[in-house]
Amino acid sequence: MTLLKIDNLHATVAGANGNRPILKGLSLTIGAGEVHAIMGPNGAGKSTLGYVLGGRPGYEVTDGSVTFNSKSVRPELVEGVSLPSRNAPDLEKQNGATTSSARADFGDSADAIDLLSLEPHERAAAGLFLGFQYPVEIPGVSFVQFLRESLNSQRRSRDEAPLSGGEFLKLAREQAALLGLDMEMLKRPVNVGFSGGEKKRAEMVQMGILGPKLAVLDETDSGLDIDALRVVGDGINAVMRAPDKAVLLITHYQRLLDYVKPDFVHVLAGGRIVRTGGPELALELEAHGYEAVAA
Amino acid sequence: MSQALALPTRRDEAFRYADLPALALLWPVEVEAIAVAAGETGALAIINTGAAPVVRELAITLAAGAKFDLRILNAGTGYGRIAVRVTLGEGAEFTLGAVQLAAAGQTLEVVTEVVHAAPNAISRQTVRAVVANKGVVNYLGKVLVKKGADGTDGSQSVRAMLLDRTATANAKPELEIHADDVKCAHGCAVGELDANALFYMAQRGLPPELAKQLMLQAFVAEAFVGATEEEALLASALKALGGML
Repeated sequence: MTLLKIDNLHATVAGANGNRPILKGLSLTIGAGEVHAIMGPNGAGKSTLGYVLGGRPGYEVTDGSVTFNSKSVRPELVEGVSLPSRNAPDLEKQNGATTSSARADFGDSADAIDLLSLEPHERAAAGLFLGFQYPVEIPGVSFVQFLRESLNSQRRSRDEAPLSGGEFLKLAREQAALLGLDMEMLKRPVNVGFSGGEKKRAEMVQMGILGPKLAVLDETDSGLDIDALRVVGDGINAVMRAPDKAVLLITHYQRLLDYVKPDFVHVLAGGRIVRTGGPELALELEAHGYEAVAA
Repeated sequence: MSQALALPTRRDEAFRYADLPALALLWPVEVEAIAVAAGETGALAIINTGAAPVVRELAITLAAGAKFDLRILNAGTGYGRIAVRVTLGEGAEFTLGAVQLAAAGQTLEVVTEVVHAAPNAISRQTVRAVVANKGVVNYLGKVLVKKGADGTDGSQSVRAMLLDRTATANAKPELEIHADDVKCAHGCAVGELDANALFYMAQRGLPPELAKQLMLQAFVAEAFVGATEEEALLASALKALGGML
């Protein structure tokens, strides 16, 4: 079932010389349980795509749509996952469905939402996580306070009970351990004094704590050494490889894809997807460059 | 000691941005004299969160080796003026932590004159302001290092956060130095909440009001670090901040 459907997306970015068009008809469908990688040259619009999905001020959608169904589950991957019973008949029907990313089947369409109509914090509560290329420092606000408030805001908007201090710390400790991040670091102000690699690890810990349905990770691999890359890759797999979740990796390099195996690789150039393939496409790009492959 | 003086005018530097009509209602103002004996320690926390206008004039004299810790929360909805003149003896130490929160169109101001009259004294001033709507917040701070007051260590850190384009912050940190061997630092910034940080916080699920509140809490808390009444000051500041967003 489709988790995210981007259709003919056009977007501009506010700049000194007015609004500059960056995305020019981008279409992409991501199914539950899938990992997609978007690769492309500098200035192709990769980061813009992430910001548009997240709703960053200054990024204006001029055409197209983005539909998000956070309740999507890829049925053939489900093992021991309890599903809401009302979805069961639907899933029966969907069994054996093709895994082509071209399909857009939202199943119970009542659950599909117009992502672009939501405020940024509402998109987060709906299950969207944006991993930042440059995580922001927030002096004086500790990670623990920030993430507990964030998670509980999300939970309240979903009519779930907020976590107590003890429950939250247990969750934070588990997720920090998974990424090999010292729990003491989460008591420090958000990203302040963190190295580039620590910031990226902390992003993944935040992802683990918030438990999103769709993670859009913008150059999470940049600034990581080889060991950290493996830890972060393992973390992404542990947190996001699930029948009801999906990942969109935005990256320049093939290396991260050795650890997080994508189901689909897309080439973004000139504001649109110009080619889609399997993991082998990433190797082809690495060998021959964007120009040769995207031409 | 009463000040039977004529009402100040705008030409009087310390009253340049004052709410003179409100001041007229309370003028003249009794000067509150505080003297700390050699080697002794004193502290005062002023919390002004009411509706009535408040104008206070403090004159603090610190003898050799004396310490004084002054904290101010200036967040009333009427005119609020706290003026402080401090004279430091040899090796004395003065700490000021002030927070001003204005959102009701009122004028709030902290005016300081710190006189390093003898060698090796330390003064630390941390002033934070959050201003919304048509609020006006002023800080006029003069550090005067007299001749012979070598080894002086003075600092002023002044920051104001404007939440609306209609809000005003006036900041005038000032140094007047007549000695050679001194260490004086001042920093002053008037700005807005970091839009990048606000988006980052929203992306993690924080509604805008809550994100702003967390950032502003951290911002004002810098002025209350180490205060004896840190918790009470912070609690009152957070309550006032909550009403601004």
